[in-house]
Amino acid sequence: MEFSQLDLQAIWLTIRLASVTTLLLLCVATPLAWWLANTRWRYRQVVNALVALPLVLPPTVLGFYLLLVLGPKGWIGQLTESLGIGVLPFTFSGLVIGSVIYSLPFAVQPIQNAFLTIGRRPLEVAATLRASPWDRFLSVALPLAKPGLITGAVLGFAHTLGEFGVVLMIGGNIPGQTQVLSMAIYDHVEAYEYGAAHRLAAGMLGFSFIVLLTLYWRTSQRPLERL
Amino acid sequence: MNTNPLNNQHITACFKLKRKEFQLDVSFTTPGKGVTALFGPSGSGKTTLLRCIAGLENPDRARFFINGQCWHDENKNLAVHRRPIAYVFQEPSLFPHLNVRENMAYGWRRIPKQQRKLRFDDVSAWLGLEAFLERKTEELSGGQRQRVAIARALLTSPELLLMDEPLASLDVNGKAEILPYLESLCQQLDIPIFYVSHSPEEVQQLADHLILLEQGHVTGAGDLNALLTDPELAIAHFEEAAAVLEARVVNHDKEFHLTSLAFDGAQVSVSYNGLPLGHKARLRICARDVSLALVEPQQISISNSFAVRVVSLDPDRDPSQLLVRCEVGGQHLLSRITRRSVHLLKIKIGDLLYAQVKSVALMK
Repeated sequence: MEFSQLDLQAIWLTIRLASVTTLLLLCVATPLAWWLANTRWRYRQVVNALVALPLVLPPTVLGFYLLLVLGPKGWIGQLTESLGIGVLPFTFSGLVIGSVIYSLPFAVQPIQNAFLTIGRRPLEVAATLRASPWDRFLSVALPLAKPGLITGAVLGFAHTLGEFGVVLMIGGNIPGQTQVLSMAIYDHVEAYEYGAAHRLAAGMLGFSFIVLLTLYWRTSQRPLERL
Repeated sequence: MNTNPLNNQHITACFKLKRKEFQLDVSFTTPGKGVTALFGPSGSGKTTLLRCIAGLENPDRARFFINGQCWHDENKNLAVHRRPIAYVFQEPSLFPHLNVRENMAYGWRRIPKQQRKLRFDDVSAWLGLEAFLERKTEELSGGQRQRVAIARALLTSPELLLMDEPLASLDVNGKAEILPYLESLCQQLDIPIFYVSHSPEEVQQLADHLILLEQGHVTGAGDLNALLTDPELAIAHFEEAAAVLEARVVNHDKEFHLTSLAFDGAQVSVSYNGLPLGHKARLRICARDVSLALVEPQQISISNSFAVRVVSLDPDRDPSQLLVRCEVGGQHLLSRITRRSVHLLKIKIGDLLYAQVKSVALMK
């Protein structure tokens, strides 16, 4: 199989985007999931619903609002500009932000379920064995939630690989900068280059299947059903 | 009983906690050493009380002093991980991601070296766990797991040991496996122990002091012998109601295979057991096994009999029966006899009688 220079760029960009997004997702989703699993705040369901929004919204809706907020007239855009970072749409950073928000429920929900499954007992035991709250989180909650963390990371990664709408709205389709795999495929189809489209599409199909298969195999659970 | 919270060698507790369908409102003082059993039917608040003592609950009002130290009052609430406690839960609750050794070391590693009073190897040897140290916890039997949980708790060198029905989750074999450890634990550890139980046998075997709970309230608190024989309390009316008396081994009779034990001028014999002379032992005498006679019994097969004084006469659950509380020296025992016998023998409070005991169980 041969890939054009542009296709290779798109593949590399997509992998980089998915990796950075997954790392950030774990940093954001883990504390958020912990808080959601433990809080008794009466409005916690509002947060739950907000986190789950990307599951049901058309990605273009999400992308559209991100474009407005991050753009030169949006409040985050003005903030980033005043900080000297410039505006984020049509940059790699903009893509990462969009992807993190878009894939958030795929990471939060398995991790949250894992924390809920642990229950209070192991943490109470750890407390009676002199472990401070932070110590309990690191030495008991995280190791016991490992299957959920792995599931969340893998789903977040795989989901980012396949995104289209958000990335198109917020990233445009700039080859080498913001053109990801799904858009490269779209461009090939538009140009009637079915052979090239096929190579990329089949690659993604195979890769996604292998990722999910490994996940099911490893956890012997049904990660998607736990969402 | 001294209720001054600053008094050394005492534990004073007062907790108020309101839940939707349950209310805990307790206040008691108990000696700062020995085993205090928290006894009551399920739903009486035993576990909630124990969790309050550990700091695992958030009571509306709390006050807890132990041997002069304050753990909880209006101004202070020591976090759970700062309380020098060990907690043995009903289920072993071992960490599934750690093996036996790592489980045992979890608390041990978290206390400063100079505070470690027990050595890791001693504890694992004492609980018979050396062979299992590298095993995964799911490979162990229920009894073995509970032994690991006890070892893990003890290795934090606690100043107070809390046990929440540690035998309840075990089958008969598991119970028989753990009980001897608990017994020697209670005798050898130099720290106060709270032991939650709903089993009269466990209480009779292990406790020194008793706190009786019913529907979130303390219905009685004090010395084991006094409470077990108090006709005001429900426990004295159980089918298996029994008195526990402290006695000493005084003699062995090899010919008839008997060991004699004495308490407060009275003497009883049990099957020969080889315990050293002078050894302190605990005797359990069931109320239904004690009959009363006006004169010293002779020419009967029951050889365990001694003089007692009648302290009280109370109706029992069965209207044909009466519960007679008798005193021997400073200790009490119960006798369950028929109302007709009391009438025929004209037994009244203050009478000096002879108790004949059909069966005596040696507890430890």
